[in-house]
Amino acid sequence: MTDRIEQRINSLNKRLNSEKRFRIYCIGAMSFALAWVLILFLNIFSSGYSAFYRTVIQVDVPFLNLIEDTTQFSEMSSEDINNLSMYSFSKKAIYRLFPDIEEKKDKKMLIRLFSIEFEQEIREFLKSNKSNINETETIYLTASDDVDQVNKGNYPRDLDEDKRRIKDIQLLFFDDLVDRGLVSYEFNLPFLMRGDSREPELAGVGGSIVGSLFTILVVLILSFPIGIFAAIYLEEFAPKNRVTDFIEININNLAAVPSIVFGLLGLGIILNTFGLPRSTPLVGGIVLSLMTLPTIIIATRASLRAVPPSIREGALAVGATKMQAVMHHVVPVAMPGALTGTIIGLAQALGETAPLLLIGMVAFVVDVPQTPLDASASLPVQVYLWSESAERGYVEKTSATIMMLLGFLILMNLAAVLIRRKFETKW
Amino acid sequence: MKSIKIKADNLNVYYGEKQALFEVSMYMEEKQVTALIGPSGCGKSTFIRCLNRMNDVIDICKVQGKIEIDGNDIYAPDMQVEQLRERVGMVFQKPNPFPKSIFENVAYGPRIHGIAEHKSDLEEIVVTSLKKAALFDEVKDRLSDSGTSLSGGQQQRLCIARAISVNPDIILMDEPCSALDPIATARIEELMGDLKTEYTIIIVTHSMQQAARVSSRTGFFHLGKLVEVDKTEAIFSNPSDQRTQDYITGRFG
Repeated sequence: MTDRIEQRINSLNKRLNSEKRFRIYCIGAMSFALAWVLILFLNIFSSGYSAFYRTVIQVDVPFLNLIEDTTQFSEMSSEDINNLSMYSFSKKAIYRLFPDIEEKKDKKMLIRLFSIEFEQEIREFLKSNKSNINETETIYLTASDDVDQVNKGNYPRDLDEDKRRIKDIQLLFFDDLVDRGLVSYEFNLPFLMRGDSREPELAGVGGSIVGSLFTILVVLILSFPIGIFAAIYLEEFAPKNRVTDFIEININNLAAVPSIVFGLLGLGIILNTFGLPRSTPLVGGIVLSLMTLPTIIIATRASLRAVPPSIREGALAVGATKMQAVMHHVVPVAMPGALTGTIIGLAQALGETAPLLLIGMVAFVVDVPQTPLDASASLPVQVYLWSESAERGYVEKTSATIMMLLGFLILMNLAAVLIRRKFETKW
Repeated sequence: MKSIKIKADNLNVYYGEKQALFEVSMYMEEKQVTALIGPSGCGKSTFIRCLNRMNDVIDICKVQGKIEIDGNDIYAPDMQVEQLRERVGMVFQKPNPFPKSIFENVAYGPRIHGIAEHKSDLEEIVVTSLKKAALFDEVKDRLSDSGTSLSGGQQQRLCIARAISVNPDIILMDEPCSALDPIATARIEELMGDLKTEYTIIIVTHSMQQAARVSSRTGFFHLGKLVEVDKTEAIFSNPSDQRTQDYITGRFG
């Protein structure tokens, strides 16, 4: 008798121990996955956060040298100001930082501390403040990428001069400006507002954010109604026969097609046969819709299938038509699931790069697109483009763009969770 | 002898290759409760679902034979099934209120049939239906609460109110009490007693006591065949078929 009890206890201990081991394996697996996510986020964040502020250099601009009386600016139209010749005037304003330098070569080096668009920045300042310009105005000009990176500490100063982009004399100028308190940081609003640029300090993700939003909008408009209606038909109305089986298999296949194939399809048919404008969010959206449709259809069908049949019967039994039963009772219950599927599909589309490369959304686009018919970049393609550039400024901007992309994805997934929580039918 | 409301004649039902009902012929009297009993899988639910053509939903289901309600063949090509179901309401085994408010649950039927012209008419129908289903007093203060928040017995009475709301002649009940506790069951049985003054009721039940308590006529199904149908007292006191005898004495099923 006692033997049997002992045996039982031994066997129970064995089972409990194996359960403990099993739990440790599970926790280990989860920690491993989580660690990689953390490393990824840390890596991106640590190299990307500095793109959200930029270095500016304070310059006193003597507008009186440009015109006899600064009140005259208020009477000039924007076009007049555009026509003003300001290049040498702007350069002279910068030379005033170091009045002692005489040599042309040094002056050139000084000018190169600033972004190439310094003249344009002074002009813009003039345009937006033309009604009350003083004799001398203090303007914060964008520093060049090299200065920006040195200031942020991303650039090694101790290399030999011929291995650096920034020269010794420029470092002397820069350190002097720092000592005089003329160098400062500001929030990098232009990074969020502007399109791409060949100058790292001027390049922004504004164009690709807008491009991505337009693309997602096109995807939403196309694939949401088509996906929902296709799913409702297949799940509720289609006769169960070989044709619908065949369609079902192919929708599942469509979900597994590599995305680049959709890009080829877009290139071959949408661009070359139908002649829609190249490089545009419209075409990108159409191509990504094809990719998103199966996701939406599959998710919607699953949530339609999860609606208890008794609800359909209840509606039919009071004399509702099949369509009424479906639209009044089944679809509302399935909607949160369908919306979740749609958002997840959209999130996938937002991060998709390959098909966009083929339809030309990889073009270098300086302007922020105004409509879905304008040439545009998108966030993931922007990452791809900048990751190939050598300049230091693009390195941090690549990471910052990834941060924005991840931010949008997290927001969308959060929205999916919230929608599901809020509208889920409680039985 | 009451007048005959429903008449099934030589009814055969198939699910694909499998035959579920064999040559069922019976009639049901107006404003009476007819009970259908039999072991699981005997075809009684299949039969009752033929009476409002709920079997149409199942693709592979095929019905042969004739069912007449008030002398009209309900499987005739010109019969509109939505109209039929307006006249033949149904209450299911598991309470299945819509996941909407109590009011909306009852108002849905009248609304889709356009029975109520004004909002006040609709409200009146809802109140009357809930009263007839003996639910009104319990829910009158919370008509906007979800129908699914009610208890099982209340949900089932809500489903009865929903069936009544379109003013049918016939109410089919497919094991309406099988998911309920004895007290809720007693309330529904009591309710059936009230309802039969206005409606013809057909009830499928597993409980022979229930059949004996509520019905005036009882049919016994076995393996897809209608073995016997007679006055309830006759079935329970003096069945003519051996299988009925065995079933009601608890020897199988």
